Amino acid sequence: MSSTGATPPVLAPPRKRAGQGSRRVRPWYMSAVLHGSLVVATIIAIFPVFWIGISSFKPRDEIINSPTLNVWPDNWTWSNYSDVISANDYEFLHWFGNSALIAVLTTIVGVFLSATAGYALSRYRFPGYRTALNSFLVTQMFPAAIIIVPIYQIITSLNLIDSQLGLLLAYSTVAVPFCTWMLKGYFDTIPISLEEAGRIDGLTPFGTFWRIVMPLSTPGLAVTCFYTFITAWNEVAFANIILLSPDKYTLPVGLRTYVFQFDQAWEKLTAGAMLVTIPAVLVFLFAQRYLVSGLTRGGVKG
Amino acid sequence: MTTTDKTLPAPGLRGRGGPSLGERLRRSFGRWWFAYAMLLPVFVVMGLLVFYPLGRGIYYSFTNADQYNALNPLQPSTYKWIGIDNYTRILKSQEFRDVLGFTAIWTFVNVFFHFTLGLALALALNRTLKFRGTYRMLLLVPWAVPSFISAFAWRFMFNNPYGFLDQFLIKLGWETPPAFLGDPTWAKFAVITTNVWLGVPFMMVALLGGLQAIDSDLLDAAAVDGANAWQRFWSVTLPGLRPVAATVILLGLIWTFNMFNVIYLVTGGGPGTSTQILATYAYQNAFDFKLYGVATAYGVIILSILLVFSQFYRYTVKRMGEETWS
Repeated sequence: MSSTGATPPVLAPPRKRAGQGSRRVRPWYMSAVLHGSLVVATIIAIFPVFWIGISSFKPRDEIINSPTLNVWPDNWTWSNYSDVISANDYEFLHWFGNSALIAVLTTIVGVFLSATAGYALSRYRFPGYRTALNSFLVTQMFPAAIIIVPIYQIITSLNLIDSQLGLLLAYSTVAVPFCTWMLKGYFDTIPISLEEAGRIDGLTPFGTFWRIVMPLSTPGLAVTCFYTFITAWNEVAFANIILLSPDKYTLPVGLRTYVFQFDQAWEKLTAGAMLVTIPAVLVFLFAQRYLVSGLTRGGVKG
Repeated sequence: MTTTDKTLPAPGLRGRGGPSLGERLRRSFGRWWFAYAMLLPVFVVMGLLVFYPLGRGIYYSFTNADQYNALNPLQPSTYKWIGIDNYTRILKSQEFRDVLGFTAIWTFVNVFFHFTLGLALALALNRTLKFRGTYRMLLLVPWAVPSFISAFAWRFMFNNPYGFLDQFLIKLGWETPPAFLGDPTWAKFAVITTNVWLGVPFMMVALLGGLQAIDSDLLDAAAVDGANAWQRFWSVTLPGLRPVAATVILLGLIWTFNMFNVIYLVTGGGPGTSTQILATYAYQNAFDFKLYGVATAYGVIILSILLVFSQFYRYTVKRMGEETWS
């Protein structure tokens, strides 16, 4: 199911102290090699984003006719930004809104489904437990290629082609198996005594889940929300066949029309890409301190 | 296993003298109804949108469904059962062999570079180092950028002849640099480069977590015993990384095998079918050629490969002495 290219973040226990490698003083040439390779890696890591960013300030003829490699624009311009925003009746803003709406709704549905399932799998060893747990693992492997045709057929027969609701249906399960797995691992770390106390004080089973466990799981839920949101935000395959009219497109489908046509509109694409990338990178770099390493915990342990 | 098991079911009473089957079911339900109720929403939704489509898709793969006889809301479906014809036709075709070959190259080359580069960077970042936090944050940028934007950015740089890479190669003195997206071999190079760039940060972060979980006393003890840096890496660090590595490599293989966005948005599978992998080729069969039966047969082939491969992988990892999953 995970054909969307978003790699999931992972929850981790509190970080141990950093830099526990060699504690001896390095000779200067080793330092030079180490910093040199890290600087090269960093340049490669940020260069494509830098290049899109710098190109978004170049007029069209500098982007596609430039006879020599000019890194800095000869004529700085903001017009690509105003062009991409106002083009075709503000279609870019529509795409942005559609992407945000669908990703938010997918997140709400997906995280609710994974949290309830993750809780049942964390707290109860009911008959069929092993089968239920394994079904979430195996579902990870289902290629979109098999199920996309039948889902397309379901959405057609419900008359939901070219509607956001249809896309939401297709997306609602896309991140559920992985999130269920991750939340089960998170719930496992919450001591059960609090729930027992809640039950004694007269809460229903669902009440203990909703009013005790959920508030305690905010960090785990935040990471799952983030992952689901990113997965929906990046999805192309379903959006491409379900949404037909340009004002309903999501960002990837819409931006794709700029570059998969004869007259490639790179000046619009670069500006649009920057408008999408800057908020995404800021959110990610803020969130990444919570999504630290440690894949083996939570997600994977049975 | 978890340490928070609230209750464990009493071993079921078997044979004569125990309560009847109906009685046992009733008791079991009385005890577990809440767990089943909490799982109900997810299984209803997954049943309708994952398991039913899976069964339906497998059924389509044995039919001649295409745009003329299926999935048309305006006329009734008239597609027929044709047995394994789709499969025999696929397995005999040259396209299948080409696409399968590139899928294998794509998957292994990508995961190889994800892992080796991710490990190298994780080892570098696991040292006391000036600007460590800055490096770490900037190296995460490829993961932070939405993947469709990264794909467009690389398509932009690979453009011929005014893309950055061609212009750069001209500066270096290559008079007619390659058309990265127009030449079958260079297009393969282009999509793989893009995906390697995209996947390294995840491996780096996961492996850095694994490195930090290795007990530094072991490394110190090895150093005291006179092991040099290479021996410490080979005999302490690498074995300590094995549980994390086994998991992230398997996940990486599955994700890369099923990757859609990079290929679809960088080359669209072209030129011709030279950069199609099984996942994108199945999609093209379904929605460009509208051969639904053939497309789902490709889907079944993909699923079989993944199932066989992951069983083999788990078996191998277990034989190496590690439990990935209980």
